[in-house]
Amino acid sequence: MGDKRPKSFYILAAVFIVYVLFLYGPMFAIFTLSFQGPEGGLTFPMNGVSLHWFRKVFEGNGVVNIGAAFKRSLALGSVVMIITVVLSVAAGMAFRKGFKGAAVLFYTAIASLIMPSIITSLGIALEFRLFDDVMINHANDLGLGWLAEGWTTAMGLFTSGLGAHLTWTLPFGLLIMFAIFNRFDGRLEEAARDLGATPWQTFRHVVLPIILPSVVGIGLFGFTLSWDELARSSQAIGSVNTLPLELQGLTTTVTKPDIYALGTITSAVSFLVIFIALFIIQFLQARQRRHGSDAGKGLV
Amino acid sequence: MTKDRNSFIAWLQAGPMMLVFVAFFLLPLVFVVIVSAWDYNEYEMLPALSFRGYTDTFEGCIAQLPDLCTILKTYAKTVKLCFLTWAITLTIGFTIAYFLAFHVRSKTWQIVLSLLCTIPFWTSNVIRMIAWVPLLGRNGLINQGLIDLGLIKVPMEWLLFSEFSVVLAFVHLFTFFMVVPIFNSMIRIDPKLVEAAYDAGATGFQTLINIIIPLAKPGIVIGSIFVITIVMGDFVTIGVMGGQQIASAGKIIETRLNALQFPAAAANAVILLGITIVIISALTRLVDIRKEL
Repeated sequence: MGDKRPKSFYILAAVFIVYVLFLYGPMFAIFTLSFQGPEGGLTFPMNGVSLHWFRKVFEGNGVVNIGAAFKRSLALGSVVMIITVVLSVAAGMAFRKGFKGAAVLFYTAIASLIMPSIITSLGIALEFRLFDDVMINHANDLGLGWLAEGWTTAMGLFTSGLGAHLTWTLPFGLLIMFAIFNRFDGRLEEAARDLGATPWQTFRHVVLPIILPSVVGIGLFGFTLSWDELARSSQAIGSVNTLPLELQGLTTTVTKPDIYALGTITSAVSFLVIFIALFIIQFLQARQRRHGSDAGKGLV
Repeated sequence: MTKDRNSFIAWLQAGPMMLVFVAFFLLPLVFVVIVSAWDYNEYEMLPALSFRGYTDTFEGCIAQLPDLCTILKTYAKTVKLCFLTWAITLTIGFTIAYFLAFHVRSKTWQIVLSLLCTIPFWTSNVIRMIAWVPLLGRNGLINQGLIDLGLIKVPMEWLLFSEFSVVLAFVHLFTFFMVVPIFNSMIRIDPKLVEAAYDAGATGFQTLINIIIPLAKPGIVIGSIFVITIVMGDFVTIGVMGGQQIASAGKIIETRLNALQFPAAAANAVILLGITIVIISALTRLVDIRKEL
């Protein structure tokens, strides 16, 4: 491969630029349009510039309570993020040792990832409906009458909703753990063991610091995938809605730019989380480079 | 003894994830299959064996031959949208991955440009769909622009809430799922192989066909599985971008659910699941997923 760029480079670079414009262009169109003046409509041209539509979103337009949905999504996303990180790292460590049933767990995770979301969502809805049915009609036979008194449903944000989101985020977390450990130097663990470290000390002081940047990446996937999740939540969330579900509902009814303003706010949260995560990853990697190795630095 | 202890700890570590999948993925699938064979009336499911869910779904399919009945038409439409999306995302995804893997030389630039492609994936799909409205609508940027240029007199209606806008949105949302695995396969190709091909006198096109595509095949297959399963089961994108007017395999299930016909919804889910499994097993014949991570 010579130093001079071949002609194909420039053609492909142009294709890449067009692709990036295609990815981002429409998003920036609605970010811009969300600053429409009070008289502005759903399309260009801009009719003045204002924060009018953001104010409308925060005031609420009477139909849906956006503020509450916002908080619900934020809370659910945070819980999903924490569970995804903890369970993925734990399972990743298990796969490193190897265990009976490893292949089963792996293929279950892959199946969960590529299962059409509507099927997962329907299944969870059925599971909870049947459970509610048992609680309401048969609890006394099972001696659970005390529990079933006034029972309405077990479905909810942090039961069926949380489960639905985890079927989507955990496979990503597990795949990232696989990618990490495929590039992990096992000799570091052996060295720690030889120096007398307990398994927990080896994990805490050797493995975790090395994989930490990627673990932050798992957290990033966990939060953003939950924050934007729609298809799996649709049937399995119970009586309350998350922000994406409210947004989807608004697409058919709203004809004013407040939907763009809501889109801009939602995306702003996504971008904020992405940049915080990328910043932390950068910071951790820089620290690793500083402290990671003293090879070639002579005696200290 | 240590071996037993080790495997016990491994079980404790992997157990919680397995439990989540059992409770919220495997058991629900079992319930879908069971309920699909239940009876139902206007407002509830009845736990008695019945194949009404299936027979209702295929109602009139034999009587109407040689014309296609609703369900078969819907599946034909879904497969058509799926194939179009697959072909376009594969072409674009392969090109982008090829550029990133073979033409971007510095590691830093490779990371920066990959991130640029990944960031939209971390933002909301619904918003990325809505984002097309001001561009494609009747008074949208494209129609306005073409009218101002004098190229058309009346706005084109087929740009939005049509099969065109559905496929466009699919490509916009899911090309990412092609780029990542194909890129992942490509960066493992030893550059020496490509160089050797050039030295042996192969043209760029011959190298692409005989070296790069065969070696990138695992990535292509994995990307295809992602895109095909997503599009086959989709109901959100088709709903929003099709103006709730286009039927699809996923939308049938949603419609049945909204009518509280759970066994019928479950029967449709089982049919969709069957078709998806056939497609995936055909594709996985071509590659071992586990080796590719």
